[in-house]
Amino acid sequence: MVNHLKTALLMMSVLLVACATPTKTPISLYEEIGGQPTIEAITDNFIDEISFNKDIYRYFEKTNITRFREKFIEHLCVDTGGPCTYTGDTMLKVHQGQKITETDFNLTVDLLVNAMKKAGLTYVQQNRVLKVLAPMRGEMLYK
Amino acid sequence: MRGKHIKTVMVGGIFLCATPIMAAEGKLLATAGLSQLEGSGGGGLVPWATLAGYDSRDETTALLFMTDVNITDYRLSSIGVATSFYDRVELSYAQQTFGLPVGLVKQLSVGEIKQNVIGAKVRLYGDVVYSTYPQLSIGLQHKQLDDDSVATALGAKDDSGTDFYVAATKVHLGAVAGYNLVWNVTARATKANEMGLLGYGGPDNNGYQMMMEVSVGLLLSPNWVVGMEYRQKPNNLSSVKEDDWTDLFVSYMPNKNINFTAAYADLGTVATQKDQKGVYLSMTGYLW
Repeated sequence: MVNHLKTALLMMSVLLVACATPTKTPISLYEEIGGQPTIEAITDNFIDEISFNKDIYRYFEKTNITRFREKFIEHLCVDTGGPCTYTGDTMLKVHQGQKITETDFNLTVDLLVNAMKKAGLTYVQQNRVLKVLAPMRGEMLYK
Repeated sequence: MRGKHIKTVMVGGIFLCATPIMAAEGKLLATAGLSQLEGSGGGGLVPWATLAGYDSRDETTALLFMTDVNITDYRLSSIGVATSFYDRVELSYAQQTFGLPVGLVKQLSVGEIKQNVIGAKVRLYGDVVYSTYPQLSIGLQHKQLDDDSVATALGAKDDSGTDFYVAATKVHLGAVAGYNLVWNVTARATKANEMGLLGYGGPDNNGYQMMMEVSVGLLLSPNWVVGMEYRQKPNNLSSVKEDDWTDLFVSYMPNKNINFTAAYADLGTVATQKDQKGVYLSMTGYLW
């Protein structure tokens, strides 16, 4: 029993240490995934995914896609530590009034994951991008 | 009987694979977790704060599961159903069949022990992936033995009991070298001997005790999770010793309709038999 507990605690500590140790990233996530061309590829793939999904496309029916593309690229560039400036509206303002449901939000995350996959991001890189985007969910849901 | 269960669930599984059923798909793949031995959504041994299905706040879901544990001297199977509503409430039912070794059966004139478990869980706070603090849920598992002869013979006080638990679960995106980490901690108040299969309470203790249960997992890909679990157990019976349980698991989640888990479980001493180790296999199929 004590042995089991020890094993469990050891396993936990190993994993916790792994969490605590800062991963040495001399280059930004932006550079790691391939810089501006990759950011643009993700964005184009994302727009493509949305245009083929009727549940999500309805949120974009009145959207100026050229402007959306430009601002999304800027945002993703800034989020991943790239040398850009975001000139668009706040996430709250952009999503307000759309009453985005949790189902549709999560489905859109799946579309973004597909877009990243098609742009050649590894699973680990996809996770890192999702990590920097995840905190914005509060400004998007049910607003 | 066991063979029949396996077949039924396997056929169900094939049906799920072959038919394009619209399942609740509100959550990220792999964040719905697995089916726990007592029917609750969770890991294999431990109920988690996550509810049984992929439902979001706008959806409901239902699943069938089948678990088979084959250890040195015993076999345990658990089959059941679980539903969850709007990512808020989960209801579950499981029937457990504990196969006893022939030597023990001769003395007790009972070939297997059956137990029914009804579970309920309510999510109190959070989202396992997105909230700042871990998702938090409370739940209960009410268990009733079909036959109390073995439990009584070993000195247990009751043939039914209710466990109460509080669970916290969190997914950390990209936390370990870019891989997603999931952990769960559960505190369970229980009187159960070997999950209740050997009755409730006993000469050494007849009150509720708080047991700690822990799971840790790493998502190696969108479809594969590896991890371990630990479940602390009480020691109420003086006639037989009871050990804590651990397992190492690997889960494969090809899509949001089905998942498979294989684990190596170490259950220690169970009903006089020492070093009970073996393979744990489980399958969950989502109906919608």
